[in-house]
Order: sequence, then C-alpha cells, then structure tokens
Amino acid sequence: MDAENEQSAAPAAETEQTAGTRGPISRRAVIGWAGAGVALGAASVGTVAAATRHSGEPAPVKFGVEIPFYGEHQSGIATPVQDRLHFAAFDVITKDREALVRVLKEWTKAGATMAGGREVGKGTGGGLPEAPPDDTGEALGLPASRLTLTIGFGPTLFEKDGVDRFGLKAKRPEALVDLPKFRGDNLDPARSGGDICVQACADDPVVAVHAIRNLARIGMGVVNVRWSQLGFGKTSSTTPDEQTPRNLMGFKDGTHNVAGTDKDAQVQHVWVAPGDGPEWMTGGSYLVARRIRMHIETWDRTPLADQEEIIGRTKGEGAPIGKQRERDAFDPKDLPENSHVRLAHPDSNKGATLLRRGFSFTDGTDGLGRLDAGLFFLAYQRDTRKAFIPVQQALAAHDVLHDEYTQHVGSAHFACPPGVRKPGEWWGQALFG
Amino acid sequence: MSAARRPRSTAAALLILAVAGAALTGCSEKKDGAASADAVQVNASDTACELSKTTFPAGHVQLEVTNKGSKTTEVYVYAEGDKIVTERENIGPGTKASITAEIKAGTYQVACKPGMVGDGIRTAITVTGEGGGDAAKKDPRLDAAVEAYRKYAQEQADATIPAVEAFVAAVKAGDVEKAKALYAPSRIGWERTEPIAESFGDIDPKTDVREDGLEAGQDWTGWHRLEKALWADGKAGADEAKLADQLLVDLKDWQKRVASAEITPTSMGNGAKELLDEVATGKVTGEEERYSHTDLVDFAANVEGARKAYELLKPVVSAQQPDLAKTLDGEFDALQGLLAKYKQGDTYTSYDKVTEAERKTFSDAVNSLGEPLSKLAAAVVVK
Repeated sequence: MDAENEQSAAPAAETEQTAGTRGPISRRAVIGWAGAGVALGAASVGTVAAATRHSGEPAPVKFGVEIPFYGEHQSGIATPVQDRLHFAAFDVITKDREALVRVLKEWTKAGATMAGGREVGKGTGGGLPEAPPDDTGEALGLPASRLTLTIGFGPTLFEKDGVDRFGLKAKRPEALVDLPKFRGDNLDPARSGGDICVQACADDPVVAVHAIRNLARIGMGVVNVRWSQLGFGKTSSTTPDEQTPRNLMGFKDGTHNVAGTDKDAQVQHVWVAPGDGPEWMTGGSYLVARRIRMHIETWDRTPLADQEEIIGRTKGEGAPIGKQRERDAFDPKDLPENSHVRLAHPDSNKGATLLRRGFSFTDGTDGLGRLDAGLFFLAYQRDTRKAFIPVQQALAAHDVLHDEYTQHVGSAHFACPPGVRKPGEWWGQALFG
Repeated sequence: MSAARRPRSTAAALLILAVAGAALTGCSEKKDGAASADAVQVNASDTACELSKTTFPAGHVQLEVTNKGSKTTEVYVYAEGDKIVTERENIGPGTKASITAEIKAGTYQVACKPGMVGDGIRTAITVTGEGGGDAAKKDPRLDAAVEAYRKYAQEQADATIPAVEAFVAAVKAGDVEKAKALYAPSRIGWERTEPIAESFGDIDPKTDVREDGLEAGQDWTGWHRLEKALWADGKAGADEAKLADQLLVDLKDWQKRVASAEITPTSMGNGAKELLDEVATGKVTGEEERYSHTDLVDFAANVEGARKAYELLKPVVSAQQPDLAKTLDGEFDALQGLLAKYKQGDTYTSYDKVTEAERKTFSDAVNSLGEPLSKLAAAVVVK
C-alpha cells in the first residue's frame, strides 16, 4: 500500500526469543519481547489469570498477556502489533486547561487499569445501584488481550485559528507540521485532524472498543470524539518472525518494517532523540494516520501480472519481481520503474524509513454498491518531515497504485510523547507541566 | 417523546429503589470523626497482608492500608465470586491509603497484591449486623426537595391543560395555522416532567408516541399523530378533531395522577438524567418533531425540567459532592446559554434550519451535561 516502505532495516536478530520455551503459554501469546523482557518476567500463569477482568474464570491463555503500560516509550508503537484497532481522534471542547489536565490524568489511570485487564474505577459493580457503573462492562471477563493505548497531540491543540488555546503554542514541535496537500488527496474534514488521538490496539475488538468508549465517556464535556476508525487484520508487523501480513489487495505488506527487536533502527528512525525538538518529545514519536480507500472492485479485475507489476512483488510468495523468495535481497532499481515497492523503498527516498502499524478496514458499502474498504495507515517516525512526507510525495507523484487504485480520504498528524514511566505520572505531563 | 422508549426503565428504577429501601432514600450523618478509631488496619508487605480484625459490623467500613513492602501494592475487597466491593490501586512502598466502602453483612475476602499482579494474598472477613445503623435517618432537605418537585410536577400538568385546550379548539375549528402555532406550547409542561408521565406506563403511549414506536395493532393517537396531520397533510378535519379530544382526555388523566406518582430523591436525579437522554437520542437528531421541527422547544423544556430537579436537590449535592454541583451548574449554564441563541420571541428556531455542525455542538453540550448528570442520583444517596 501507500508508503509500503520496504525498509532497509535488517530482519532483527532473534536474541530475545526465549518466550517459546516457557510453560504452557503459547508462543504467540508471549510474542513477547513485548516490553523488552518486562512482560516476559511477568508472563506466568498467575499473571494470565490476573489479567482477566475479574471473571473468576481462567483466561484463554492465547490472549491473556498484558503489555506493560508503563515504560520509557509508549506501548503500541514498537510493541508487537495486535489483531485489532480502535483509533479515535478527539476535539478538545473546553477552554479550561485544568479540565483538560484532569481528563489526561484520569485517562492515564484508566488506561493503565484497562491495559492490566482490569475494569475502570469501581468496575461494573461495587458502586451504588442508583448510579451508572464506572465501567461500561462489555469487556468484563475478557483477558487483557495485549491492549495498548497510545496517545498523541495534534497541531490544533497547540494553535487553532491563530489562537494559542492552552498556552502550548511555544511548545509545538517543528516536526509537528501541518501536512502538505499531496496530489490526489480527497480528504474529508470529518475524518481528518483532531486535537488528541488515542490508538487502542488489542487482540480482541471488544477490548479495543471498550477502551476508547470508556475514555470517551471519562472525557465528556472536555473532549469529544471527532472521528474514529475500527481496524482489523494488521497490515504490518513489528515482529520479524511472524508471517508477513497481507493487506486487502492480497499482497504482503511491510516485509522489512522496522522491527520491535531492532533497537538501533528504532533509535535511528522512530524515537525522537534529545535535541531533535522540544524536550517533552524526547523518547516520543510522530504519528501519521491516513485513511486510504481502496478501489477494491477495479483492483480485483486487474490481471495478476499487472497487479504484481504495480506492487513490485509477486502475489503468492511476496518475492520482489525477478526474485524467488519474499526476503531475497533485491535492488529497488531492478523493479518496475513506477512500482509501489520501488518508489517507497528507502533507497529511493534518501533512506527515509518509518515504522508502520496499519490495519485493514471495511466500513460497509458506499451506497454505490462498492465496499468502503482499504487501509488505515499508521506510521511512526522520528521526524515526519524526513520520513512520511517525502515518501508520500514520491508515491503521489508516480505510483500507479496511488493514482488508480487508492484514494487518501482521511489524514491526521500527532506528536506522541514518551511513555508514562510509573504510576502517578500522566499522559502529557511534560507538555502541560 | 418516547416512541421506542418504554416507561419500564423508570418503573424499574423505582422498583430497585423500593427494594433497597430506606437506606438509600434516607440519610445518615457521616462518621468522619469516628472513622479512624473504627478503621481496620491493614499491614501490607511483599509477602503478607495482615488485618487488625476480621469481624466487624456492616455499614461504612474503613481500611487503613500501610504498605511496608518494597513493591507497589493494591488492595481489594471481594464479595463471593470475586465480585469487587472496592479496590485501591497504586499504593506505593512506604505509603498509606484509606479505603472506605459500604458493606452489607456477609463474608468477604481482603486481598493485597504486592506488585499489583496475581490473585493476591487473601484474608477472609466476616461482616455482621444490619448495616448502616443510623442509615435510616431521614434528611429533611431531601423530603423538602421531593415535596417541592411534586408540587412543580403538578403545576406543570395543571398549566398544560389550558394550553392543550387551546390547541384542541384550533384543531376542531379546522384552523391548521393556528393549531400549528399552539402545538409546541401545548407540550412544554409535559416535556418538563416527562419521566413522571412515563412512570405511569399507560399514558405516554397514548399521548406522545411516534409512528415508529407503535406496537403491532396499536392505534396511533396523540400529539405526534396530530403533528403529522397538520404539517405533512395540512389537515384538521373530523378525524383530527376526534384525536384532539382524546388527547385532552388522556392528558387530564395524567394531570389527576401526578399527585400519586412515586417520587424519591434518586428518582428525581435519574429523572433529570432521563430528560437529557431524551434530548440526546431523539431531539438532537430531529426525530422527535420530524414534521413540525419544533424540537428545540421540547429540548429547552427537557433541560428546564432537569434543572428544576437538580436545583431542588442541590443543597444536598453541594454538601456531598461540591465538585459535581460546580460541574452541573456550569454545564446547565452552557447548554441553556447555547439554547438562548436560538430563541426567537416565545419560541425557538425551526430545527430544519439548524445545520449539521450546529447539531454537533448541541450534541456535545448535551453529552457534557448528561454524563455528570448521571451521577446526580448517587450523589443524593446520603451516607
């Protein structure tokens, strides 16, 4: 898909893949260098049970693992990609900075609780019978399902219509640019922008939806949902030993995505380094979200050879055109000139690389009998100006896929701060503090 | 309102209330001063969870937790089946935390979870007695609020009848334009106190049902039937005259029965919330008054009725949860301020002239008030 970004980053060494030998938990459940060993240490059977939402029933082991909420970086970026997404962009509807801070603190607390597989507040019971329960309850009994919650701040939080809304204007990172208009963009304002985003990823859609729903509820009166997107079937992986996932065009995507195990590549391409911009972003990352509609029906009528030429890989194996195996080394210059893989390749973009975390989406039909489906593209990078923007400009200029088979209909850009390191800290503390 | 809405929800709320009894509607003094003396001391460490006593009387129980361990811990009180009664997370090493809960007689487990993982180190506790002790003490402020609200509801019903009579007369005279002008005003008293009308169960489906809310075989009567006749068909004939007469009969029945409505502080609180729910589901979408587009008149009346209930409960809310009172004051002001911008003389802008973007702003304001308003009922359950 767009910005397919056949990364140059080498497949990661499997030095930390000890999880598969542990106890009765499936290998998949502890894909687990999640959280750099912290999760592994906790991945005992007891933890799995504790990670369920007070069901009293043993958790299905497969999804039982928690991804640590606290850490140097936010989870949900380099941690293993889950199967499901609920992404929400919020508008801040108050002028009261204190009210916003209060919500961010409550969100953090609820986020940590939910990531731990527990209910919000007093849960679905435990409160007064005359009051609605603190937790909406649909995830009761479900395990943590590797839920991650990742927050980001959009350009309009810092300044909107010339107004420095919360005294944050001076803290806006230069890298948090207003994205330029790319050729072919047909952006719907109702699916674009937002002051704050929360990306919820989990192996169970109910857990992801529950998380966003409860945050939205906590935030009512201060923030409201501007737009949201459900995603399924990750289209990229940060876990190098997993099978490369396919997008809805039926092609493997992101064979050489920046891997969660490849700390060097992350340091170079994903995490904001000291001196890159304002100090509050050090350890954070910039997120670009694009809703990319696919013209599914015309794509499906395209001959195989054309499909492969447009992508630059074979459909079955996923090998670069002219090669045998998916991971065979190749020179992008040997691929068809306007193929997607060649145009998105770091070598074609002065080494520009990003970490992708996209999901497929299908939102019913568009009223013309066509599937409203495509890719919800999520990319994290150290500096959007050096990664997503040049790559997307190259694709928008030359990519046949971009021109004929896809259309970008939603777009947003967020600065995702570093992780909340310990209980008591909160999302945005360094920005607002 | 009400199309799809069944009065059940209100009835159910009242039923729960009746079962829960005096402990909920009544009031007792908070035992703040005495609390620490009665508190159960919990000494938590990385390997132990010791309670100063394991049997104590029902009512307000306070756990004073001291974390002497090296790990952050959390403490849970579980009822049978690991149902959480209360919990406190993130109790850091060397820190103390106080946990209070209202606990009925029964057996429970207290669990400390060093490292905030696992099933925890558990101790069984027994809670005895009736609970609350002095919980049945009545709060005269709440009694006064209930009485004042009953009076308000009656006034609204009494004032509605002449307004409906004028509307009915216009319909029977075949004066479509005049009937249209009198339609929305005839609904205001009803909309202000709607949860009470809905609590009777049989009146609302006759007077305020929308076409899509009809059950199989049910005759469509009431305001919205006439709304469609007047606006969609431009008609005020013999059939409409009959419907108008029936509407008046049904509303006089309502007027008579308001006096017998079961009203409690919590039903007032939840009723206020339900009024906002009506706005959130039916009015901001324009579904309620789809022919007349007088949604904002109903909308304003719903908010006024909700505010009335809140203002009557406010002395208690302010004492118990001052932050909630402050939030509600602000959100009521914001929503009513927004509505005021659409006020034109005695009425409001026709809702078909309200843009999607403006409807979104209304929706945001309604949700901003509705969410804290959902905490009102609990805030008048005096502990």
